[in-house]
Amino acid sequence: MPLLLPLAAHRVPAGFPSPATDYLEDGLDLNAYLVQHPAATFLFSVQGHSMQGAGIMDGDKVVVDRSITPRHGHIVIAVVAREYTLKRLHHSAQRIELHPENPDFQPIRLTPGQQLEIWGVVVGAVRRYRV
Amino acid sequence: MHRPAGNPPQFALVDVNNFYVSCERAFNPRLAGVPVVVLSNNDGCAVSRSSEAKQLGAKMAAPWFQMQDLARRHGIVALSSNYALYGDMSNRVVSILQGFTPDIEVYSIDESFLRVEHLQQLYRSRSALGQEIRQRIAQWTGLPVCAGFGTTKTLAKLANHLAKTDPALDGVCDLSAMDDMARQGAMEKLGVNAVWGVGRRLAARLESLGIRTAWDLANADPARARQRFGVVLERTVHELQGISCLELDDLAAPRQQVMATRSFGTEVSSLAALREAVAWHVDSGATRLRAQGSVAGAVYVFIQGNRFRPTGPQGHAGHAGTMVPLEQPSDDNRALTTAAWAGLQRIHRAGCAYKKCGVMLVDISARQQRQATLFSTAAGRSQSEKLMAAMDAINHTWGRGTLRTAAAGLSQQAQWAMLSEHRSPRYTTRWDELPVVK
Repeated sequence: MPLLLPLAAHRVPAGFPSPATDYLEDGLDLNAYLVQHPAATFLFSVQGHSMQGAGIMDGDKVVVDRSITPRHGHIVIAVVAREYTLKRLHHSAQRIELHPENPDFQPIRLTPGQQLEIWGVVVGAVRRYRV
Repeated sequence: MHRPAGNPPQFALVDVNNFYVSCERAFNPRLAGVPVVVLSNNDGCAVSRSSEAKQLGAKMAAPWFQMQDLARRHGIVALSSNYALYGDMSNRVVSILQGFTPDIEVYSIDESFLRVEHLQQLYRSRSALGQEIRQRIAQWTGLPVCAGFGTTKTLAKLANHLAKTDPALDGVCDLSAMDDMARQGAMEKLGVNAVWGVGRRLAARLESLGIRTAWDLANADPARARQRFGVVLERTVHELQGISCLELDDLAAPRQQVMATRSFGTEVSSLAALREAVAWHVDSGATRLRAQGSVAGAVYVFIQGNRFRPTGPQGHAGHAGTMVPLEQPSDDNRALTTAAWAGLQRIHRAGCAYKKCGVMLVDISARQQRQATLFSTAAGRSQSEKLMAAMDAINHTWGRGTLRTAAAGLSQQAQWAMLSEHRSPRYTTRWDELPVVK
């Protein structure tokens, strides 16, 4: 379900009231902000700290858009040894690597002949704070 | 609907291969290449099998307990039905197809018919369109689909069958593009039971008359087919000959799922009106279900915006649906309506105008096979059976809809307690069951 936050337009403090002042804006839809292709978009729950440097923390939900063709520099969900892994895709003429953004983790280098499946491209992340 | 003259109809049938198993595989990399079966409600029998499981001899609709030995020997993974996931993935496929054309009929949970003659200028060929559909659905959802094209729905369905069974076709078959020789050759290879609407019993009767292949049936005399077998088979013969008799949304052959759907005369947006329409469809589906002595394990409910005006003011995608499993398989209007309404509540968006709604009863099994659950009582069930029989009798005598369930005051938040020991997480519909990435 979309979350709509209705926002009343600000009143102009002086002069004639604008005809627009009484107009209620449509609101901000977080789905629309995060999701470009609903049919191709999935959420994953992040476990661990390997992408901390990219601002993705343990417990975050990442928004994955499969309609986007993965390119060098994208943060991706990849399948390595039948497991999902969240890394940044490094694609050069010589090789393909998956880079963590945390010095405690090692990059994943694909050996020749090893298949890499990119499940989808990460286009956003969401986090809620305890209040 | 108005279409420019001179464009003969072209239909496509797009369906997902081994739909339930493919949904499971889309989210679980460990299932790739492994034999997998998905079991029906309450883990009764296999309702979807991976190609590996088929090769090992896992039979469709075979009771699971009879297969456990086979499963242990070959390491077949058996999963319980995850209807929330399948319903969500089904929607995604329909939405993607709607991106190709708004002319679409959702035929079952995993198949849709499309009208494609107006798309021809946009693609090199219909096969190229088919490959584009395959590629996009595979990339966006991870699901493998096949596409069949023909000048009638029956031929499109047959083409789809060919696309699925002949690996050389790479998942796409266009019967309309074949020359007469090639089409004849293809149809001669298909048994008459591969034709849409020809069931096992009818196939046996046709075979006794020497009509063994799809090609034989296409060359039958329509008038004689009508005489001996009725108008439905006459229509099938015409359709096999390339004379289109069935439009999108025309109901034809019996389906595995019991489906009831109708377009509204005018657009409908209120939840109350939709609830009424959905209850009406459930009544009609349940009546048919009881007439054939079956029960359903889950209810799929969907609503659609105007298919000729796919994008509403709120960016409505045009199609929304969800699948609700039943606590136990049922043919009782009340249980089915409760489930359908719970689903409707979930997908309805205030302010959206809907043009069409439908209900599909899925996971159909014969009534006797129904398994008792912890909470069902024999007394309760026979009461329900008596009530439903009385209802059917009255409706038969006085006309459909004379007696209906009041369908009011039912709990919206029914908790669905299925026996589902091996159900995968509801990856796409629950915050606490999202797939985990490290």
